Amino acid sequence: MVPLSWYLVTSALLFCIGLYGVFARRNAVAILMSIELMLNAVNINLVAFWRFQTPTRPVGLAFAVFVLVVAAAEAAVGLALILSIYRQRKHVVVEDMDLLKL
Amino acid sequence: MTYIVFGFFGILTLGGGILVVTSRNLVRAAASLVLSLFGVAGLYVLLEAGFLAAAQILIYIGAIAILIIFAVMLTQRVAAENRAATNSQWPWALLVSALTFALLVYIINIVWPLGIRAANVPVLAADPTKGLGMALVDWGQYVLPFEVASILLLGAMVGSIFVAREHHDD
Repeated sequence: MVPLSWYLVTSALLFCIGLYGVFARRNAVAILMSIELMLNAVNINLVAFWRFQTPTRPVGLAFAVFVLVVAAAEAAVGLALILSIYRQRKHVVVEDMDLLKL
Repeated sequence: MTYIVFGFFGILTLGGGILVVTSRNLVRAAASLVLSLFGVAGLYVLLEAGFLAAAQILIYIGAIAILIIFAVMLTQRVAAENRAATNSQWPWALLVSALTFALLVYIINIVWPLGIRAANVPVLAADPTKGLGMALVDWGQYVLPFEVASILLLGAMVGSIFVAREHHDD
C-alpha cells in the first residue's frame, strides 16, 4: 500500500494550490473553486489518517462527512452572495468590491 | 500496481487543481475542478473509503460543480473576459504558497515522520461504511453534530434563497 506520507504530501500540494488560487484570482467564482480544492485537501488528510492510524473507529470518516456538509453549505451561500453582488454591480471581480470601504 | 494507480489519480488531482487556479476561461476552470474532484474520489478508493468516494462523486461532482458551472454561466460576460486572471500580487501569493508547502513537507517528513515505511498498515474494520453509519446516529458519538449539520444545511438553503432572490423596489 502507498505510504501515508505520500498522501499527506499530495494533500499539502493540493492545499497550497488552492491557497495560491484564493490569494491570486480576481474572479469571485474562481476563489470559491480554490476554496473547494483546499477543503478537498483537508478531506484527503482526514481519510488517510483514518486509514493508517485508527482504521477500527470511523473518526476520520465522520469528520470528512461533516467537512463535505460544510462545503456544500458554503458553496450554496457563497454562490448566492456572488449572484446578488452581480445583480448590483454587473461584475464579480473581488478587488472592485469596495462597498464597505469608507 | 497500487503506486501506478496512486500516481494516476494524484496527477489527475494536482493537474486539475493547477488548471483551476491558472486558466483564464472560467468554464475551463470549472471543468478542471471536476477532473480534480474525480481524482480525489480515486484517492478515497485507494484508501478503501468506498462510501466517501461515492459521496464525493455524488455531492461534489454532481451538485457543487454543477452549481459552480451555473454560477459561471449566470455571472460571466464575454466582453469582460480579456482581463488578466490573476491580480497584481500573484508573485507574493506564489511565494506564500510555496513557503507553506515547504513548511508542510518539512513537518510531514522530518518533525513527525509518520508512515514513511510501507509495511504494517493496520487491518481495516469489517465494514467501515456500517461503522460510520452507526457512529453517526449513535447517542454516545456523533448524533449531535449530525443534527447540527442538518440544521446548518437547512439554514444555508433558506439563506441562499433569501440572498439570491430578485429584489423588487416597492
